[in-house]
Amino acid sequence: MAAKVLVDADQFKRTVARIAHEVVERHAGADLPLAIVGIHTNGVPLAARLAALIGEFTGQAPPLGSIDIALYRDDVGVGEGRRHAVPVVGETVLDFDISHHAVLLVDDVLYTGRTIRAAVDALFDYGRPPLVQLAVLVDRGHRELPIRPDYVGKNLPTARGERVTVHLAEIAGTDEILLESAGAR
Amino acid sequence: MKRRSLLSMDDLDRQSIARILRNAYRFTEVMGRENKKVPTLRGRTVINLFFEASTRTSTSFELAAKRLSADVVSIKGAGSSVEKGESLKDTILTLNAYGPDIFVIRHGGVGACHLASRFTDAAVLNAGDGKHEHPSQALLDLYTIEREVGPIDGLHIAIVGDVSHSRVARSGILGFTTMGARVTLVGPPTLLPWRAEEALGVETSCDIRDIADADVVYVLRMQHERMGDGGYVPSLREYASRFGVTHERLRPGQRVMHAGPINRGVELSGALADDPATLIERQAANGLVVRMAILYDLLAEPSAAGIAEGVELADAVAA
Repeated sequence: MAAKVLVDADQFKRTVARIAHEVVERHAGADLPLAIVGIHTNGVPLAARLAALIGEFTGQAPPLGSIDIALYRDDVGVGEGRRHAVPVVGETVLDFDISHHAVLLVDDVLYTGRTIRAAVDALFDYGRPPLVQLAVLVDRGHRELPIRPDYVGKNLPTARGERVTVHLAEIAGTDEILLESAGAR
Repeated sequence: MKRRSLLSMDDLDRQSIARILRNAYRFTEVMGRENKKVPTLRGRTVINLFFEASTRTSTSFELAAKRLSADVVSIKGAGSSVEKGESLKDTILTLNAYGPDIFVIRHGGVGACHLASRFTDAAVLNAGDGKHEHPSQALLDLYTIEREVGPIDGLHIAIVGDVSHSRVARSGILGFTTMGARVTLVGPPTLLPWRAEEALGVETSCDIRDIADADVVYVLRMQHERMGDGGYVPSLREYASRFGVTHERLRPGQRVMHAGPINRGVELSGALADDPATLIERQAANGLVVRMAILYDLLAEPSAAGIAEGVELADAVAA
């Protein structure tokens, strides 16, 4: 299988740290308190790392939450491509008032934008955040919706047939970003 | 394309049951929000078809579908064309013309849901067919035990009373044993299924004292309406004195369940029915999230595009 390591553990760490610095810089002196919300699955540990790093840099870690988008997908039960499986429903934890925080959504890969659309919809079922921003580790292009990230770890031009896989130490045991070429699976 | 149905607890393996129970727990979070509705099943159509009386099941299925944003039509046997003598087959064929995604059916006849599923590509969810099965009840019972008592694997569950006429018992036994519980059926021999030990993998007893070892005592309703001319028990009073579950017959720590409606003073004493330490109220309350999880499980299969985008999937087993 043709899987290429695009980002190794060291680069990975530096990339996440750089995003954390950018977030701190942009939110310095802002009236709105910041909150970090990870999108299941990989966005959750990434959000936790960002929150911890921001805490390190500023002396105060922002509130951390997680959001699951399974119930907000745009393709539920539409009828084609069904096989005997259902999307996993993850846990949503937002134990701070999102109506009084600038919410930073965090995900690993930005692709069509559909996941982010769903996450924003889910978020608004919990309140009315005054500001929502998006941080992603990888932007691989091919957007199908007018969605744009505020913080990007790495811009990665890809072909549609390729596959970007992010491994996180918390889940997969190691930090890396892989690119699998078309037909590899 | 034909959708997956839930006709019997036999349709679900351990992994599928665990997935539904896990999703039910996720829905408790949704029910705790100010906005209790999620858009998951918008555009899907649910037809509830209840040929038999029901409060809990029909209400919770209707509300579950609405909380998931599906369009719901609820039809009762009384007041529909069924009263004019329309057959189940014709009713399904007629309603099928409106393109439903799922039929939720309660019917007095054993196998009615199996029959219905032959005439539609929509999913069919058995909400009780005669004395046969009632899978959504078994799932909410499993969920209630898991939340309130603990992991089901290794628990001892005594099912007391009219097992032979009980769809709750049949589905319960299948679900409990699949999840690794030990099950003992307790009741008069006339109300226990023949050779239950070999057929169902359970123990049986005709002595109420044998509930002593159980962690959970599941009390069944005496099904007068399914007993015909009777002859199963000498009298309800006699039954109550021999098998009625009371505080005196329980030891501390045992949890009591009942699917309702309760015949007070027959299978369950009035005092016990009113005791908040039983799980009976929890069962009714949990019906909603569990039925949301079942609808989600049958209707939320993702599109090819979603699969290509790499949505994380939990495998389901074909019915």
